[in-house]
Amino acid sequence: MFAYYLDLALRSCRANPVLTGLMVLALGLGIGASMTTLTVYHVLSADPLPGQSQHLYQVQLDPGQLAYYRPGAEPEEQLTRFDAQALLAEAQAPQQAMMTGGQVILQGPDEQLEPRSSDVRYTSADFFALFGLPFQYGGPWSAADDAAHARQVVISRELNEAMFGGGNSIGKTLRVQDTEMRVVGVLGAWRLTPHFYDLNTGDYGQTEGLYLPFSTSRELELPRSGTMNCWGNEHIPDATAPNAPCVWIQYWVRLPDAGAVQRYRDYLNAYSERQRGAGRFERPPNVRLRNVPEWQAFKQVVPGDVRLQLWLALGFLVVCLTNTVGLLLAKCLRGAPQIGVRRALGASRKAIFLQHLVEALAIGLAGGLLGLLLAWLGLLGVRHNPASYAELARLDLPMLAATLAVSLLASLAAGLLPAWRAAQVAPALQLKSQ
Amino acid sequence: MDLLPILATLKRHKTAAGLIVLQVALTCAIVCNALFLISQRLERINEPSGLVDDELVVVSVVGVGPSQNADAQTRTDLQALRAVPGVQQLSVINQLPFGRSFSMSTMRTQADRNAPGVGVASYNASEGWLQALGLRLVAGRDFEASEYLDNSALEQSETGKVTALVINKALAERLFPGADAVGQTLYGISDEPTRIVGVVERLVTPHPGGSDDMNVYSMLLPVRESFRGGAYVLRTEPGRREAVLKAAIAALDQTGPGRILRQQQLFSEMRSAYYAQDRNMVHLLVGVCLALMVVTAFGIVGLASFWVQQRTRMIGTRRALGATRGQILRYFQAENLLLSGLGIALGMAAAYGISLLLMRNYEMPRLPWSYLPVGALVLCALGQLAVLAPARRAAALPPVAALRG
Repeated sequence: MFAYYLDLALRSCRANPVLTGLMVLALGLGIGASMTTLTVYHVLSADPLPGQSQHLYQVQLDPGQLAYYRPGAEPEEQLTRFDAQALLAEAQAPQQAMMTGGQVILQGPDEQLEPRSSDVRYTSADFFALFGLPFQYGGPWSAADDAAHARQVVISRELNEAMFGGGNSIGKTLRVQDTEMRVVGVLGAWRLTPHFYDLNTGDYGQTEGLYLPFSTSRELELPRSGTMNCWGNEHIPDATAPNAPCVWIQYWVRLPDAGAVQRYRDYLNAYSERQRGAGRFERPPNVRLRNVPEWQAFKQVVPGDVRLQLWLALGFLVVCLTNTVGLLLAKCLRGAPQIGVRRALGASRKAIFLQHLVEALAIGLAGGLLGLLLAWLGLLGVRHNPASYAELARLDLPMLAATLAVSLLASLAAGLLPAWRAAQVAPALQLKSQ
Repeated sequence: MDLLPILATLKRHKTAAGLIVLQVALTCAIVCNALFLISQRLERINEPSGLVDDELVVVSVVGVGPSQNADAQTRTDLQALRAVPGVQQLSVINQLPFGRSFSMSTMRTQADRNAPGVGVASYNASEGWLQALGLRLVAGRDFEASEYLDNSALEQSETGKVTALVINKALAERLFPGADAVGQTLYGISDEPTRIVGVVERLVTPHPGGSDDMNVYSMLLPVRESFRGGAYVLRTEPGRREAVLKAAIAALDQTGPGRILRQQQLFSEMRSAYYAQDRNMVHLLVGVCLALMVVTAFGIVGLASFWVQQRTRMIGTRRALGATRGQILRYFQAENLLLSGLGIALGMAAAYGISLLLMRNYEMPRLPWSYLPVGALVLCALGQLAVLAPARRAAALPPVAALRG
């Protein structure tokens, strides 16, 4: 029966090539636009560390001045160096790391090669385990190395390729700014999208090439980058000094369950009270602990333009669907005399209804395939964008399946009304008018 | 033209008529808001920076090792750059509009550190900045030679005191409405007040055009950055920029080898890159608007053609009874006008609703009323254009069609 309906549908489409073409085009455009923007949204809002991200929490304290205090207001997003070092020393979470970004000049052993600049992350030993960075060779430095301001670095696979031509580079040295440092670890493939632990040094761009102990970076006064917020009236000679009233350190902890989160929150409140008692904090305790999904939602990490484009495309799809419903209706009613004949010859309403639904689905499928092609072209266009996320915009299997599902659902929705109207055609009346 | 027969006919085609109305309404609502979004982006893209965008090139370098005397090296660099043919003026600036970094201070008119303040982008500029950047002073004067100091000296000084300050007009009007800003003092740089010596007409912050109201105020301090903390900005004729950039890089390589280039760009390129995303969005919005209108037009053509075909006998009968071709044409045009009008009325309400949603979720200003008639006019014209071909086909039907049908 289905084959017969399909045959009827194809005949009907061939009889009205322009109308059919218009419907396929409208559906294709709507689906193509929606799937392009939906794919970009899907890629940008994807979980950067599946299975881990809900256990990773960003720590916020409120070290600001009482003068600008409003109860319940959002505290600073980063920590002062003093607080970060204090929390790290007290180590109340199973895993924790303090960190900040920077940019340094690197010179490899090959003096012939031009020095190059690289993004660097100054952090503490737990960083690698905390975020689950894969190692190709070697491993992270230890907490003892942190304490000793060790001249040790971990490098990315890409940097290893560029500086040493790949291979096991453990033990080789690298000049960072003007200091010789030893490679202790080479990472495997690793790119974090978005770069959630420090959104100020790039969101969807490349992840750092180099990692070295925070303590070492301060001893050598290596250049830092990212956002820094200072307050107070006094002249601050060195904003990176341990006691400077400036926030510029990100602090992340791993908390395995709700109980651990509650205990850590209590600890942070107690810490804030202690600091207030000591006169360092002026405000009452005001801490935040957000895990990665919460943090990304709070920071609205998916760009507003991307969300706007998504809504725009969905609106466009609705207009295209309305258009298709109208055209399908016109086509069905134009065929009313034939329907009348079929009904008179004994076809049930259900049969007529199904026949027209199959026709709508056939058009939907064609529109879906066209939409897929347009989405592929659209994503090609997105990848030529200057945006940092451009190269991530690729169609994956779930989105491919979603495209086809959406096009079938859309055509089904568009076909219901015309098919119902077609089924209402009375046999006698149509025969009489002939 | 009598509307009653049209209404009577439409009553028999409620569904199809409803679909056209719905489609016109949705298109109208989206197009109105899209047009507004486009105009907002264009306004952002075209906002003047206050600088002579097309006459500037930017070079900055980073040292490989900790240089012992960055200030001396910077002075040598400046001397070499000044000798580059085509360079009219140059300066070292800590940050530039459309650049990556953004440093700001909270400035207050009162000494009390608890008094409310205004966030102000702070540019550190060395001698020659006024001519180099091409800013326009509207009050007061440029810094005097004695007011400049090296940033390294400032960082090591006890108080961090800066004696003079030039602010932009936006800040002057914000802090001293109706009064002369020159001669006033501001707090926020150090414990001691800083005197305003001049006001420039226009100077955007490093990241202009944000939704934040605080993103419009900026000031300049007479502080000389070293090459480590700043970029060299060179002013030249627009046609010589590439040549000057090349010569400047060569000059810097001579004066301080072993450093690597951090940035080498025409300022207009920085500006263009900064607004790339906005331009993209404009193209996209224009594309979607056009696609929407084309799809809607085809929908109208499709349904109108169907109606013409369905009413062949009616048209033939009318023609046989003496109706002119013009009357048949106008009948279909009036029908379309009626449907579009209804759609536009609904669409305006929907446009307003979408605007409210955008205001809540994207910090957009309210859709100005003036966009509604524009959208209405566009959709009306679109409807009439789309219906023209089917309506003419109807008008061309001979009276005898009534008998054949």
